[in-house]
Amino acid sequence: MIYRRRTGPLQSARAAIGCAYCLALGAAALIVSNPVVLGAVVVAILGAGHAAGVGRELRRAATFAIPAMVAIAVINALVTRDGLTVILRLGDLPLLGHTDVTLEATAYGAILGLRCVGLILCGVLYTTAVDPDEVLRLFRRVSYRSALTATLATRMVPILIRDSRRLADAQRCRPGPAPSRLALMRASTSGMLDRALDVAAALEVRGYGAARRPGHRTRTLGAARAPLSRHDLAFGTAAAAVVTIAALARWVPLAPFSAYPSLRAPAGAEPLAGAAALLVCALAPFLDRRGL
Amino acid sequence: MPVTLERVTYTYPGASAPALRDVNLRIEPGELVIVAGGSGSGKSTLLRAISGLVPHFHGGTFAGTVTVAGLDTRTHGPGDLAAAVGTLFQDPETQIVMGTVRAELGFGLENRGEPPERVARGVEEAALALGIAHLLDRSTAELSGGELQRTALGAALAGHPQVLVLDEPTSQLDPVAGDELIGLLRRANDDADTTIVLAEHRLERCLHAADRVIALGDGAIACDATPAEFLKWAGRAAPRLQTPGAQLLEGLGLAPVPGVKRARAALRSRNLLPDRAGAPEPTAGGRRSRRVRSSAPAPALELQGVWHELRSGPSLLRGVSLTIAPGERVALMGRNGAGKSTLLRHAAGLMTPTRGRVRSAGRVGLLAQNPVDYLVHEHVADEAPASALTAVGLDDPELAQRHPRDLSGGEKQRLALAVVLGDGSQRPAVLCLDEPTRGMDREHRARLVALLGALDGAVIVATHDAEFAAAFANRVVLLADGAPIADGTAAAVLSGGSYFVTETARILGGAGAALTPADGVALLAGGGRPATPEVVV
Repeated sequence: MIYRRRTGPLQSARAAIGCAYCLALGAAALIVSNPVVLGAVVVAILGAGHAAGVGRELRRAATFAIPAMVAIAVINALVTRDGLTVILRLGDLPLLGHTDVTLEATAYGAILGLRCVGLILCGVLYTTAVDPDEVLRLFRRVSYRSALTATLATRMVPILIRDSRRLADAQRCRPGPAPSRLALMRASTSGMLDRALDVAAALEVRGYGAARRPGHRTRTLGAARAPLSRHDLAFGTAAAAVVTIAALARWVPLAPFSAYPSLRAPAGAEPLAGAAALLVCALAPFLDRRGL
Repeated sequence: MPVTLERVTYTYPGASAPALRDVNLRIEPGELVIVAGGSGSGKSTLLRAISGLVPHFHGGTFAGTVTVAGLDTRTHGPGDLAAAVGTLFQDPETQIVMGTVRAELGFGLENRGEPPERVARGVEEAALALGIAHLLDRSTAELSGGELQRTALGAALAGHPQVLVLDEPTSQLDPVAGDELIGLLRRANDDADTTIVLAEHRLERCLHAADRVIALGDGAIACDATPAEFLKWAGRAAPRLQTPGAQLLEGLGLAPVPGVKRARAALRSRNLLPDRAGAPEPTAGGRRSRRVRSSAPAPALELQGVWHELRSGPSLLRGVSLTIAPGERVALMGRNGAGKSTLLRHAAGLMTPTRGRVRSAGRVGLLAQNPVDYLVHEHVADEAPASALTAVGLDDPELAQRHPRDLSGGEKQRLALAVVLGDGSQRPAVLCLDEPTRGMDREHRARLVALLGALDGAVIVATHDAEFAAAFANRVVLLADGAPIADGTAAAVLSGGSYFVTETARILGGAGAALTPADGVALLAGGGRPATPEVVV
């Protein structure tokens, strides 16, 4: 699950705008609690991924995220004592004590899980659709080494995934009993350290250790910034609109929601309108594919 | 400015013996120098001393002075030297740190704080010089091995370094990509006057391009001469460093010269260069398979119309039909990405064909490119049964108690081979090896040939190394774009082309299907054709 260069409206926007768009969707997932609007956020992220050509990666991530969502819902239902509507009496359980499962705790667990799914998908959208090299350039002005270290850490992931696949294949070629998990873990850790050393040596000889900020000439000659493209403007506006709608849904509130002590999620036109507006704002920039 | 080493002695941390011993050396600007020597002779350490990694990155005990571009490496680390020294290691995968080729080429310049317009120009010029301008916006994750190595070379050249040090840069490349890389280095040397220091095992690939050769032995300089003088010296003092072409000329009583062209000229001057007699024609894979089916009792391995099609992307294998007889020694050759490794993985059952069938007479063992992947225990003795360790010559009790990662490269490979072999009852019916001679010196290659020759069962080796294939195989299958394009005896396939051929065959133009210097001498001195090995089916 790595960034690949593709042609699409989101990829055509500058990295700062791409980051802002992904952040806005992530922030929306954190802000809203109303299930209708939160569902719209998740659908918007999936739609954005599909439109950006990374739908497969998002679907693959969803297959891991949805079990996590179920797990969060179950755990919340089991450990939360709040809520008035008991739907299941489990009696005395080891460690948990007397356990009554309430509708409110189950519903709130599902909301937490859905939020978690939204955040995971947002992370995948960012990883696969926003150019990390441009992000590095963006953040190098703030903290070059931290940005580079973060970028390289994510770059090591595919290398380590390939290494672990090779190690697994090698073990499949071994006749007789398989080695213990401890031995395999030790071997893979040693391999990782070797890889990290190789990458570190490569970085050293490329001048990373003596990395300098671009000099004065850079700022003067390179100061002429490229004007915002129509994709920059579209995704920037969409990001602002998504955050605004999420804030309105939460704090005005257009789409109120409270789980405890009893479930209150009024199903009316306002949450539906909020969800529809969020979807339209999030996905509208993808309609402009002129010149791609 | 010259690169100078004065009385340099260096010992790695924890090592009992120095890796470099009292090395004195002066490399003039614009020289293309090849560093030769066996495994563990100190080649890589010498390069790392020039790039400043020794001692700053590796630590250890360092004595003497290394001066590069006027900078003393004792006081200037690799980061300071990066502006003057470009470095390229063996494995391109770990050298690529950015997401696109453009960002990769500009990385070093950006680290130096160069302004964007200078970065852009450096990137453009390096890309044009290396013929990778069309790759600039490609993701580095999508590049082939050859493209990755070119990108890494471009990244090293983009900053116009005074000195370029390269540690076996062709070891993972097919002969075509390897020759291209050497050509690119020669051009960088000619056009930009870049000093090039290149460590290489396969001297036949690069000797013709060199101005000077430095041979290391046990960390000390054993020979420092022109390529022709080096070959003469190697004939007397270090035969394992001689190229096949030099062996051929010496066998005929001629002075050895580097390169195919000069070797041909030397033969022509003595009227020894034969006419290009037609080598035996290799057969197509399909025809051969049918013939084997009708005559052979039970194949060790049979692939029938095997396809491997990616969901999105090209087919890695396209209807491969291949029958391997028990005891057969097969070399799979072809360019990077031709499908060799994929074919071996299908044979070993690590992949499932999207179409077609793979059948074998028993277990198929696969030794992949990196032997360390097979070594997971704390002691050599725990990795493989005693009978397997004996079979690969690692039955020394002292060795058995060592940690597998502390073994030499050749020993690690033999140990991994023992792991794959298992004990007597587990011996594979077919043993597959993927690029086993990568980064291996000639002595270790000869040992591997002997070891594989002593094994029962069929052996299939995917390799770029034509000299190894000539010594090991009795059948060679040449793959291109996932399908066999030639399948025949080693003599037929390895003497009938320009790239996947031995140096002897290149010099003789395939005459008499002579593959090795001994074959060539027999052909030219004896006036007859050498015995052509037959395919065992």
